[in-house]
Parts: sequence; structure tokens; C-alpha cells
Amino acid sequence: MKQDGKDNVHFPHRHLLGIEGLSPTEISILLDRSESYVDQNRRANKTTPLLHGRTIINLFFEDSTRTRTSFELAGKRLGGDLINMSVATSSVKKGETLIDTAMTLNAMHPDVLVVRHPDSGAVKLLSEKVNCAVINGGDGSHEHPTQALLDALTIRRRRGGLSGLLVAICGDITHSRVARSNIHLLNTMGARVRLIAPRTLIPSGIERMGVEVFHDMAEGLRDCDIVMMLRLQRERMDGNFLPSIREYFHFFGLDYEKLSHAKEDALIMHPGPMNRGVEIDTDVADDVGRSVIREQVEMGVAVRMAVLELLALNPEYEGKG
Amino acid sequence: MAGTKTAYINARLLDPTSGLDSPGGVLTDGETITDFGPKLFNKKPPKEAEVVDCGGKCLAPGLVDMRIEIGNLAATVGAAVSGGVTSAVCLPNTDPAIDDMSVVEFVARRARKQGMAKIYPYGAVTKGLAGKELAELGLLAESGAVAFSDGVHAVADTQVMRRALSYASTFGLMIVQHPEDPSLAAGGVVTAGETATRLGLFGIPTEAEVIMVERDLRLCELTGGRLHIAHVSTGAAIEAVRRGKDRGVNVTCDTAPPYFALNETAIGDYRTFAKLSPPLRSEDDRQTVVQGLKDGTIDAIASDHTPRDEESKRLPFAQAAPGGIGLNTLLAISLELHHNGHMDLLDVLKLITSSPADLMGLKAGRLEKDGPADLVLFDPDEGWKVDADALPGKAQNSPFDGRPVQGRVLRTVIDGRTVFECGQ
Repeated sequence: MKQDGKDNVHFPHRHLLGIEGLSPTEISILLDRSESYVDQNRRANKTTPLLHGRTIINLFFEDSTRTRTSFELAGKRLGGDLINMSVATSSVKKGETLIDTAMTLNAMHPDVLVVRHPDSGAVKLLSEKVNCAVINGGDGSHEHPTQALLDALTIRRRRGGLSGLLVAICGDITHSRVARSNIHLLNTMGARVRLIAPRTLIPSGIERMGVEVFHDMAEGLRDCDIVMMLRLQRERMDGNFLPSIREYFHFFGLDYEKLSHAKEDALIMHPGPMNRGVEIDTDVADDVGRSVIREQVEMGVAVRMAVLELLALNPEYEGKG
Repeated sequence: MAGTKTAYINARLLDPTSGLDSPGGVLTDGETITDFGPKLFNKKPPKEAEVVDCGGKCLAPGLVDMRIEIGNLAATVGAAVSGGVTSAVCLPNTDPAIDDMSVVEFVARRARKQGMAKIYPYGAVTKGLAGKELAELGLLAESGAVAFSDGVHAVADTQVMRRALSYASTFGLMIVQHPEDPSLAAGGVVTAGETATRLGLFGIPTEAEVIMVERDLRLCELTGGRLHIAHVSTGAAIEAVRRGKDRGVNVTCDTAPPYFALNETAIGDYRTFAKLSPPLRSEDDRQTVVQGLKDGTIDAIASDHTPRDEESKRLPFAQAAPGGIGLNTLLAISLELHHNGHMDLLDVLKLITSSPADLMGLKAGRLEKDGPADLVLFDPDEGWKVDADALPGKAQNSPFDGRPVQGRVLRTVIDGRTVFECGQ
């Protein structure tokens, strides 16, 4: 286990803005590093002083409990100074606020900014205006790279690898940054990706991202190794994209009947928070033999520790903040 | 009824699907056709079978009507069988609307109880037919809705129509559109033009139809959905559908008898029975409808049966309810296409049997072994005069009142049982 981040391994990017464009080696560097933190997080003393003296700012333009807490824990366990900033986006012109905020924060010399924003591309825009490392904590419907990494780590630990696995991602693909990051990561690592959803929740042209599209759960889940369910936002349910919760659950909610079409030992995943009885049946979600949903949360902290460490202590950029 | 055999002998057998038009017979056993053909009874009908001598008249699959309003159920199924219609699909603009599984099941159960024509429901595209939120298309289809429509209202909002086509295609379901732009049609009661102007009635431009059709064709292409345009009545709309089909759009359409048999002059002196939706068109448009039927652009004929009570028709034209009954006259008016030399008898029959059955996914509209014993016996030539007051059924608002026609239904058989006999 590595006690020192400044050894031979380093991640050759200033920021982590998305999975798209990362090579298999770069993804493996992140996952291997994350692996080392899983054990640390299970010890009584979970803290190492690797990031002592470094400043991390959680800058969230959108409500979040899980991701923000996960980053917060990760930063504190590495001994960094971490503060949370939540910024309301409503009133003022968003572009101006975003860049003004970035400039203000930049003047305080942080080492890492973790940013979540409701607009796709906003995190990248912000990264161009600051001198520190930026981690995308989720931008609009674009990317959520640490989620895809924690999903990959969970799968890898359970299945020994990603290559050759058949993964179904089910639900609201149109609005999901989790789906997009996972599609990039899984394809890069040699897994095969299927998407299953009603047509209204499948964005046009997605086949070009290297996925197979299905509109029937039984068909789409056939022989899958991994079943990833996505959270369905309530506001999609009011008759715009879907008629009703009961219809959605009837045709696309994961229950044992539909799950029976996947491989017998298929893993069930969900980025949380779950809508029980909407996209997933309670019994399936709580099935200790199949569901790795809680493990995903655990892996999330390890992945974020690895990402924070590798970006904050990147020898190529150190001291340039 | 199982085990009850009936032999229909001495008939002129007509089956559009197989192209059969020859003397022959049909043998039914219980609810199904067990055999049929030109040489079936060369020897003799089976001893135990009841024999019906068809007297050389036409024996064809029972008619399939892909669009009726149900009104009074008992009266409507009575009108259906008197018109030779054995299967009909009813619009969802009932009260309550067919936008919920329980209503689909209720309609199906009540219709079965009548033991007459088989009634299948359309499901609503949007909740309460309000054009805003998608109805539960998947669950409605599982309950028995055969296709989806907002009835006499167009799904007007472009985004809603897009989502409807897209969502329906998840399950391979068809959206049936009433082709009329509601804002262009607002306040209009007849087709805009000379007739409307002379009568002083507010007109709907014919463009209201083609604008909606063109929009929906684009949405159909965008979504990969399945679109059917109900009662096309203008040359421009038919041309749009023709071009859509040519470029591979998954679209079909139908028309109704008033649009190939009548034009706007039928309104005459403010006859409210001729107030329809879409409104009767010009003679030019009527001729393009006939042409569309001949060249196959129009896939089917539906009766558009819309029963209205006297109170809603005995009003100033602008205030009267639109719609006309059509079940009783579907066969006779459609046969005009044959008698006028436009189409072969089998081609006309196809438009009111196998073609609508296929569009609606019904097991009906053709003679086939082990298929349902739904039959109509008719004389294609016998003349009679439409007398609205004397037509079976409760409502009398026929736009064809007073019209001399040719073609009389003699007997209607559903699931092997005779449910209508002329003169009885």
C-alpha cells in the first residue's frame, strides 16, 4: 500500500473533466490508486496526511448530498483543508456568476476545485479560468466521471475486470450524465454496453457512442453481467416523457421477473438515490446476494481520494496553483 | 354453440385477401370457419349441418369498421350488424374517456355482453384527451386498446405529438391523428370557399388538414413512430401522404364515405346532417379522394359513424353538432365506387374488410380456415333508398338521407351465429 503519492505513478492530466478521451491506462491508474484506499477506509484510523496544507473547495451549483459528502470525506481523510460552497443559480445571469465565482475563488489559491453545475459544459468553462486542478462533480447531462470510476471499481473488484462484460444501463438515458460517463468508461475498457429505455428517454444518435439500444427489458437484459439502473427524476413522470409511475414500473422497473433474463449472478447497481417502486423493486434493491448498491457508495470515497490525491500532487503541475 | 355446423351453400364467395371470387360455399363449426371454397359442397353438405342457401348472392368476410363513436351501445351494435359490420373500433371520446385501463376493460366487457358486433376500443393518446400529458399507452394496449387516438381532436401540440409517436413506438403502437390544425379551424363550420361565403358560414381553409398532415409526417420520420391519418378529405393531404409513403415514412390513412360520395353542395340549405368533421369539401377534393382510393394511397374506408340526437342537430348550422351516422350505409356507399366503374368489387371490399383489420391488428376481415365465422351475405345490386328515419339504430343523422343506393345486406353472421337477417 502506497503511503506516498509522489512515487512513480502519475496521472497525466491537470483536471478530471470527464471520462471521454481517457485511455485505458489512465483509467487503470485511477482505479488502481482507488483500490489502495479501500483498505485504508476500512481501518479504524482512516486518515493519512498526504494532502496536509492543501485546500480543496467543493463548489456546488446544484443540490447534492451524496457526492458532496463523499468528496468531503475523501478530502478530510487525506488531511486536506476542505470547505463547501453552495451557490444558488437562480437569480443572476449564470455565465457571469460562474466566471465571477471562479475568479474570486481563484484569488484564494485553492489546490483543487470540485465543481457540480446544472449546465453541461459549465465545469470545463470554469476550469479554463482558474489555476488549480478541477474535478467535475457532475455537469448537466454531460459527464459525472467519479461516478463512472466508482462503478468500474465496484465491478472490477467483484468480477476481476471489465473487459468482455455485458452491461445494461436502464432508465432515463436522455438526462443522465452517469450514463454518458459509464458508456465512455465501459467502452474504453472493453465492456459491451446496452441501453434499455422507452424511446422518449433515449437521445437520438446515441448508437454512435458505441451502444446497443433496446426498448424491452426482457430482451435487453438477456445474458447481461451487470444491470445498472438509473434514477428517474419525478419531473419526467408527469406525462411529458412518460405517462405514469405505474406504467414505467410495469414495463421498465427492475423486479425479479425482469431480472431473471439477465445472467444468474448478474450484479445490480444504482447511482442513488433510489426511487423504490419506480425504477427498482425494493426486494431487488435490498438483495444482499445481487445488489452492490451500498458497495458503490463505499467505493465512491476511495475513488475520490485517489482522484484528489493524483490531481493535487501531480508533479507536472505542483506549485503552479 | 361449439359443435353446431352451418353450411352456406350456393354463394358467390368473395375474399379480397386471396382474390377469391367464385361460386362456392362456407362451412362453419361453432365460432370458426372450418372450410370454404368453390368445390366444398360438390358432394353434399354434411348431414348434421344446418343449411343456408345463399341464392347466388355474395358471401364475404364480415365488414370491419376502424372508426365509430359508440353513442348508445345497444343501438350502435344493432346498426353495425344491419350494415354487415362484424368488428368495429370505437373512439376514446366516451364519457369517461378511454384513457384508463378500467375503461378499456369496461367497454370490452359491455360490448361482449351484447353478443353482437365485436367492439374494440381505441385508447386515448393523452390523459382526458386534453392534448397535454401522455396517457398510459403501454398499459392500455395490454388491456386491449388496439390503437391510439384523441378522437375528434387533433393532438395539436407539436412536442406532445412527437413524444406520443416516440413513446408509442417503444411498444410498436400506432397513433391515429385527426388531421386538422385546431387554431386554423377555430370557429369554422364548413370548408372555406364560395359555398361558405354564399351561406355566410365561417370557413375552415383546406390547408388546416395538410398542415397537420405534413407536420405529423415529419414527426413520424423524426421519431421512427407509426402514424395513421384518419379521414383524409383533401387533395393536398392525400398528395402529402403519397409523397410520405414514397419516401418510406411509416404512415397510412383512411377516408370515410362522405368524402368520396358527397361534396359541400350536400349542405344545401343548411342541412345539419351534412355538417361533418372534417367538413365536406369541394368537388375537386372529392375526386382526389376517389383517385386516392383507386391508386392505393388511401388504405381503408371507415364509416365515421357519429350518432347525434335530434336536439344537437336541430339547431342553426353553426351551433349544430358535427358528425353523421354511417354503419348502416358503409357497404352501399362504398359499393358506389364499384358501380361507378372506379374499382373492382374485391378492391372495394378490401377497403372495408382485410385492410382495416390489418391496420388495427384484428383477426378479422378475411375468409380463412380456423378464422372467426364472421360473415356478411349481401346483394351488391339491389337498389334501395336511404331513409334516415327507417334505419336501424337510435340516431338518424345520416348525411345520405334520401339517397338512392345499390347494395343490400341480407344476413350478418358473427362467430357462427346469425345476428341479422334482412326483413326479419
